Order: sequence, then C-alpha cells, then structure tokens
Amino acid sequence: MAQLTNRELNYLKEKLQRVPNRVELDIIGSEWSEHCSYKSSKAYLRLLPTKGKRVIVGPGQDAGVLDVGHGYVITVHIESHNHPSAVEPYGGSATGVGGVVRDIISMGTRPIAILNALRFAPISRGPKKYQAKSKWLFKSVVRGIADYGNCIGIPTVGGEIEFDPSFENYCLVDVASIGLGKRDQLIANKIDINDIIILAGGSTGRDGIDGASFASKTLKEENRSAVQIPDPFLEKLLLEATIESVEQGCLKAIKDLGGGGLSCCLSETSDNFKKGLDIELTKVHFKHQNMSPTELMVSESQERMLYITDESKIEKLATIFDKYGITYAIIGRVKEHQNVVIRYDGKVVAELPSNLFAHAPNIVREVKRPAYLDRLKKKSFELPQTRQNLETILSCMLSNPTIANKRWVYHQYDHEVGLRTLIKPGCGDASVMKLDNGNFISFKLDGNSKHCYLDPYWGMLGCLSEACRNVVCTGAEPIGVIDHLQFGSPEDPEIFWTFVQTVNAMIEFCKFMDIPVVGGKVSFYNETLKGTIKPSPVIGSLGLIEKETWIMQSGLESGDSIFIIGPTGDEMGGSEYYEYYHNVIGGIVPQLDFKADKSNANAILQLIRSNLVDCVHDCSKGGLAVAVCEMAVQGKIGFNINLDSIPNSCSRIDNLMFSESQSRYIFGTREPKKVRELLSNIQGIVFAQIGNTSNKRNDVKFIYKEKQKVIDSTIKKLEKSFNILERIME
Amino acid sequence: MQTSSQRMFKIGIAVFPGSNCERDIHHVLNNILNLRANYIWHTKDRITGYDAMIIPGGFSYGDRLRAGIIAANSPIINEVKRMAKDGLPILGICNGFQILIESCLLPGALMMNNSLSFVCRRTTIEVQNNKTPFTNNFQKNQKIQIPIAHGEGRYVADNQLLKDLKKNNQIVLRYFKDDPNGSYDLIAGICNEEGNVMGMMPHPERASETLLSANRSSDNAINIFRSLISYFDCREPSLSTKKAIVKY
Repeated sequence: MAQLTNRELNYLKEKLQRVPNRVELDIIGSEWSEHCSYKSSKAYLRLLPTKGKRVIVGPGQDAGVLDVGHGYVITVHIESHNHPSAVEPYGGSATGVGGVVRDIISMGTRPIAILNALRFAPISRGPKKYQAKSKWLFKSVVRGIADYGNCIGIPTVGGEIEFDPSFENYCLVDVASIGLGKRDQLIANKIDINDIIILAGGSTGRDGIDGASFASKTLKEENRSAVQIPDPFLEKLLLEATIESVEQGCLKAIKDLGGGGLSCCLSETSDNFKKGLDIELTKVHFKHQNMSPTELMVSESQERMLYITDESKIEKLATIFDKYGITYAIIGRVKEHQNVVIRYDGKVVAELPSNLFAHAPNIVREVKRPAYLDRLKKKSFELPQTRQNLETILSCMLSNPTIANKRWVYHQYDHEVGLRTLIKPGCGDASVMKLDNGNFISFKLDGNSKHCYLDPYWGMLGCLSEACRNVVCTGAEPIGVIDHLQFGSPEDPEIFWTFVQTVNAMIEFCKFMDIPVVGGKVSFYNETLKGTIKPSPVIGSLGLIEKETWIMQSGLESGDSIFIIGPTGDEMGGSEYYEYYHNVIGGIVPQLDFKADKSNANAILQLIRSNLVDCVHDCSKGGLAVAVCEMAVQGKIGFNINLDSIPNSCSRIDNLMFSESQSRYIFGTREPKKVRELLSNIQGIVFAQIGNTSNKRNDVKFIYKEKQKVIDSTIKKLEKSFNILERIME
Repeated sequence: MQTSSQRMFKIGIAVFPGSNCERDIHHVLNNILNLRANYIWHTKDRITGYDAMIIPGGFSYGDRLRAGIIAANSPIINEVKRMAKDGLPILGICNGFQILIESCLLPGALMMNNSLSFVCRRTTIEVQNNKTPFTNNFQKNQKIQIPIAHGEGRYVADNQLLKDLKKNNQIVLRYFKDDPNGSYDLIAGICNEEGNVMGMMPHPERASETLLSANRSSDNAINIFRSLISYFDCREPSLSTKKAIVKY
C-alpha cells in the first residue's frame, strides 16, 4: 500500500487530532499520491491563466467547458496512462481512452472525438532488442486505442507521435477527448442532503489496486496487478445510459471513477459540494470475494461511474439502467456534515473530513538548474558540408518515423463514425469536427521533447506556438489550450526545475495570447531504472471556425503559388535534422517572438477569411523542406521551390531547409498579387513567395543559387520515403 | 420537394446494445432525405407499420463471441426475418451485414480482415447488380467512393455458394481496384435470392454529405438510400404485411 511520509502522517494526525486507523491510512495514502493530489505541482498550476470569455468551467473539474455559441458547449480533457501502458500496452492504452471519455461523460456531454499523443523509443534504429520492444509497445498501444475507441463508437480523429531514445523501455500514452452538449443540459452539479449515491457499471475487483500510487513511483518492476482491464462494451452502455439519464433530467451530479478509485472519487465529490457522504461498502457490487474495505476503496476497476440523484428520480433511472443492462448499487446518502464516512456492514471503518482528505499538504520541492543545459548549449560540433547529398537527407528526414506518414496508425482508428470529421487524419494540420450549431471545432495535440530537453522554457513556448499554429492553419481561432505535463521524479531538483520552467512558459504565452488554460494533468515519475524521460509536455489547442468556407486543408492544389510567412534562422538545437540525421544532441532551440507569433497567426486568418488561400501548413518538425513535401504528397502535385527567396538568416543551406524556427506558415494561393497586397499592409510581417506548384505533376525541385538544382526528385520518391511506417511495422 | 413515399413510408433502424451508427443513419434519412425513420430497440418483438429496416454498424454486444452473433439472437431479429419473408427491403451495413449473415438472412461468412487489423479508410466499390431496392439509382458498373471501417469484413464462401451468388446475381457490390480485407471475389455487398435483403461492409451514410467527403467532391453513396425512395415510389405504402417485391 502507498506510504505517507512522516511529515504527511504528522500533518494528518494533527488535523484529525487522533491516530488514523489502518483503512484511513491506506485510502489517504492513495489519495495523497502525487498522481491524485498534485501535491508538488498545484502551487505552480494555480498561476496559470484560466479565465476567458468562453470559459464556463476551467481546470479542476472532470473536464473543461467552453462556450461555442448558440447555446452549445464543448468539453475537453486530457489524461495519460504511461505507467500501465509501459507494462501492459494494450490494456493500459485502452483504459486510458476509457478514463478520458468518462471525464467527458461526467459533464453530461456526449464525447465526439478522441485524440492521442504517443511517445516511444526509436523503432527503426538502435539495438535490435530495443527496437523490437518499442515496436511491440507501439503496435499494442495503437491496437488498444483502436479497439476501445472503435468499439464505443467515438472517432479517434488525430494525434501525434514522437520517437526518442529517452523513452527506451517505456512509453507515454496521452489521450484527449472532446464532447459536445447543450449549455442548458450541462450537469447542474447541485446536490442536497439525503440524496442517493449510486455506483454503476463495472464490478469492483482487485484489478488496478493502487494504480495511482503505482503511477507515482519510478517504474521498477512490472506490477501487473496495478494495471486495469478494459471493457469498451460496458463503457458504451454507460455512455448511452448516462446521456439518456441526463436528457431525461434524472441526475444531479456525475463523477467518474479513475485514478484512486472510489476513494478519490468520494473525497473530491464531498469536497466539491461541501457535503458529507455516508457510504456502505458492502453494497458495492464486487467481482472478487472477500475484498477488504481498503481494496474496495482504492481499486481502479474500470467503467464505473458515481451518480447522485434524489428519491423522486430513482425509478426512472432504474428503468434506464435496466434497459442497458447496467449493474448499479445504492451505496450511500448525502449528509449534512462534510465528512466522508465509510462503513463496512454498518460499522464505521473510516471517517475523514473531505477538505483534509481531498487536499494533501503541498510539498515545496527544491529546484536546481540542470548542469547539462549549458554543456549542451555550448557544445560545438563540426557538421559535414552536405550540399551534395541534400536529396538523400530529405529522403532520410521524410522516412524518420516521427515525421513519416502516420496512416498505418490512423487507418486502424475509426475516425469517421458520428458524421462530424471534416478534416480527417493526414489531411490537415488539426482535426476539424462539425458541431450542431453550424460552427466547427479544430483540435490538435503537440509536443516536442527534444526541444524541451535542451531548453524547457523555449521548448514549451514552441509546443504552445505549434499547437495554436496548427489550429490556425485549419482556419480556426484558438479559444483554449489544455496541457499535459510529463516529467521524471519531482524529487530530483533538476527535473523539478524543468517542470517549473514549462509552467512559466505557459503562463507567459497564454497571458500574452489571451488564450485560457481550460484543463490539464501532471504526470511525474516517468522513469525506469535506466533513467528518466525527457521533459515531455503535450499541449492541446482548441480552435473555433465559424464558417465552412474558412476550413483549410494542407494539400497543395494545381496552379498554386507557394508563400511563406515568418523568417528562418539557424535555430538547430533539438531539430529532427540534428538529432535524427546527424545524431547530435545540442545547440540552441528555436526562440519565440510573441508579437510576431501573434501577428503571423492573425495574418493567416485574415488571408483565409478573405478567401485568398487554397491550403496552409505549419512549419515544424523537419523544417520547411519537409513541410512543403508534406503539402505536395497530400495534394499529389509537385513543386519548384527557390531557396534563395526564403527570408532567412541561416549560415548553411541545410539549416535553411531543416531549421525548425517557430511562427512560420507555408500556404498555396492562386491570388499571389492580392496576397502580397494584403500582407504588405500588415506591419512587421515577413513573407515571400518561394515557389510554385510544378507544371509536371510529378516533379519536385529545390533550386539554389544560379538555378542550381539541389534537389531534383519526384512525388513518387517522396511518397516512398514518407510511407515508411507500414514497412517498418510489417 | 417530397415525393409521396418520403411522406408515407416509415423506416425502422434496429438498435442493439453497442450499435454505433444508428444516429448517423437517422440523420441522413430524416434530415437529408426527409424520410421518416425511427429507432427500434432490440427487445421489440412485434414491429408493425414499417416499410423497411436498416441494421446499422457498430459493435453490437462488443463483438463478443463473434461479430453479430449475439444480436442475431435478439427478439427484433425474428421480426426482421418476418419482414424479409414478406419481401420488405432490409439493409445491413457493416455490423448490420454481420448480423444478417449470423441470422442466416444472407449466406456466407464474414471473417477477420486478412491484415488482421481494423481498417478505416476510403475505397471505391462497383455496382454489380442495380436491380435491388438499394442500388436501383445506380448504373451497372457505376463506381462509388465510400468509406470502410471494419475488422471482420472478409467475405468468405465455398465454391458452390460463390457459383450460386454469381448465377443469381446476388453479388451487388465489389471493391474496385482495391482489396481492403481479402474478401473472396472482392465482394463488398450481397443480397438474398429475392433481392430484398442486402448487406454491405462499406458505410454509405458516411459519404452522404459532400462536406464530409475527403476531397469535397460530390458523393453518390447517398443513392443507396435514394434507391429506397425510388423503390417505394413504385409501390403503395403500408403493405408491410403483404408480399411486395417490385421486379425491375
């Protein structure tokens, strides 16, 4: 069972003014784990800007809620399932999907999309043994997400995958979901004394015992009993039954059971409502005999929901549960006091004030700037002159699994069920879903652990900028972000410093851009015995599109002139080019000019709304050469790019092609004159026409100084490199 | 403008625990085609006043045991069988096709894709038989751009059955220049001997709005449902208890 520190134990004794019993210690131990309590991080998270004109519910609840107009709301949440997935990738990733979907349901909204961000060790390089392990993890995680999402009928519409050696023998599985509902049908979350507490769905068993504590430790052993077992069919029934109950007004409050099980669910509910809960554990439907009170409280058996309602609605509710064949139990009542009282066979086995139970004492962690940072920044390395083999480099970059076409993954996901998916995976920079109010929501997850390792502050700014840039590319105005902050042990001052840096970056970015943070999650202890992961924050950006004609995909169209907005610099640190092609870790990561970032985004939105562009794509991993190739492959049309015309301050041609400088957009237009006019009128915009689509559909040319062709290739060749994932995973 | 059939005819959408595409089909039929379509829960053992049934896609009973097998034993299926016998049009899409096969309303078997994984993408199918209630709006050999999304969609039949299917013109839809799952003879959809019961793996409801199609080109998959309107137009409404197959 989870251990409390001496300090925490003394604090608990002092507050209770008595010695806690064994059961209390166990459930507090689970609740006060880092995973459930945010005891290291919450002092920092409190500083994030969370208010905005569209924000109805900010972070801290099961899901954030944003107003999207005409009486409709979007709910959004992100979760990770890193520890379980590293041990049992199929079940771990599947239950990750289940958990985040239940968060959306808990707000009384129907989930309309699932996204994921995945991190693995390299699958095509390094020692064969590790390659095989990462491939197995990758394959099983994708299969787990697919089987769960497909079965519950919610489309998995997009995602992002990064491969890096720091995830060796481990993986990160982040899953996000958005839901859609009517504002007036949001669950009211008002409960009264004597209301009935119902536990419904899966039986409680010994699976996932103490999963939260397991996730709050370094992964040292394969603790399988801490991994939960997925049952998507039951989740689907719970989903339909909950939505039906909400529509019929049968529920006063909903809370899903996730990390920390019943214990976490009850303490948070009691604390949120400032009401007491009196629970009888023998009423809980269980799947294993002789489960102890502690086991019942901390089990993380999946597909369970807690509902609160009153006597008058119980009959209607029972009819709905019976229709879907859902097992449920009335496990207690709402009381006037503010304690969580746990009984077993009538006898009180634990009684804890919920404000104590739900709030672990903060831990002030030491911070120390890691020594490696300066070493890597100043590291000097001689790169070979690469003028001659740029074509080989480009093909290597396109076949880098981090950059390569991900259709091997998304073809396994049902991404169309629900008839909302307008921009499908692989077709644009973010997923765009149709809403019921005539608007469209754009959603993207982004992260860059290579940048964040070399510089967590600028790296995080890059992630934020990239995520927002991606929704802007689809024609959307960013209306909110969510974050998932993933690090090693917070007990290590150097690691904790990187966490603080990323939070600082987020505060500054979101304040400047006026984009609220509407939800998030922190995951520490992402370590194995071999070491810690790179700082791996993932940002989810939500954007709103108010007109169908503004929706943009990324494929070039025949007859397009190709433009770039934003300058390119020698910011090669952490680039895929350095790390994947040259195997060099070090250098200076791209910096972010807040003002330019904002005005470039506004310029793109202005161009889109003036109907001047055919396609837009952001420049990020792999730089502009990769970005243009992606647009060409997507649009199935070749191009001529004149490298001399690109606004840049690069010292080398390879830097120019593969630099990952922020705030850059590439777009295709059939109105080059009007585009120039419009952009010239905006102050401070750096832009240029850099080429055209090719007259010969298949030709791909990069031209440099005096019409010298540095790359003379074909769409077919690009496709061959870009579509490598199927061949690797076969 | 509504034809008389759009006003008069009623279509049932069978819903099982685990059905996923019922709301999508409901949307296309009611909101795009102005038809009258209602959900019918699987426990219903008496269905009256309906002129056609659609069994939607999804994962009925979580695909446990075998896709479609548990749903095939639901009370509603007895009614679907009766309606099929009465000659009313029955369409099963994806999991609906699997259910029709498990109910023995259609012959053959649907097995795991030969890739051994779920596949969701666009494909092209070709209309082989345009004389069914669901394909009469197409030309023979007309191509349809349509999404697929299934794990168990590999149509399998023994030699005798394949011969019979061909002889009786029961192969309605075939994949065109594409083999997404290893189906025998590239079969994407078949009908019964009488032609009123059809099953197909691809999802026409997902290609019924131009907004949702990958390249924004106009989609003709909606003609699967429009064919039903044309079929209704050729007959009187509410003959649901009489034999009512229109021969083309």
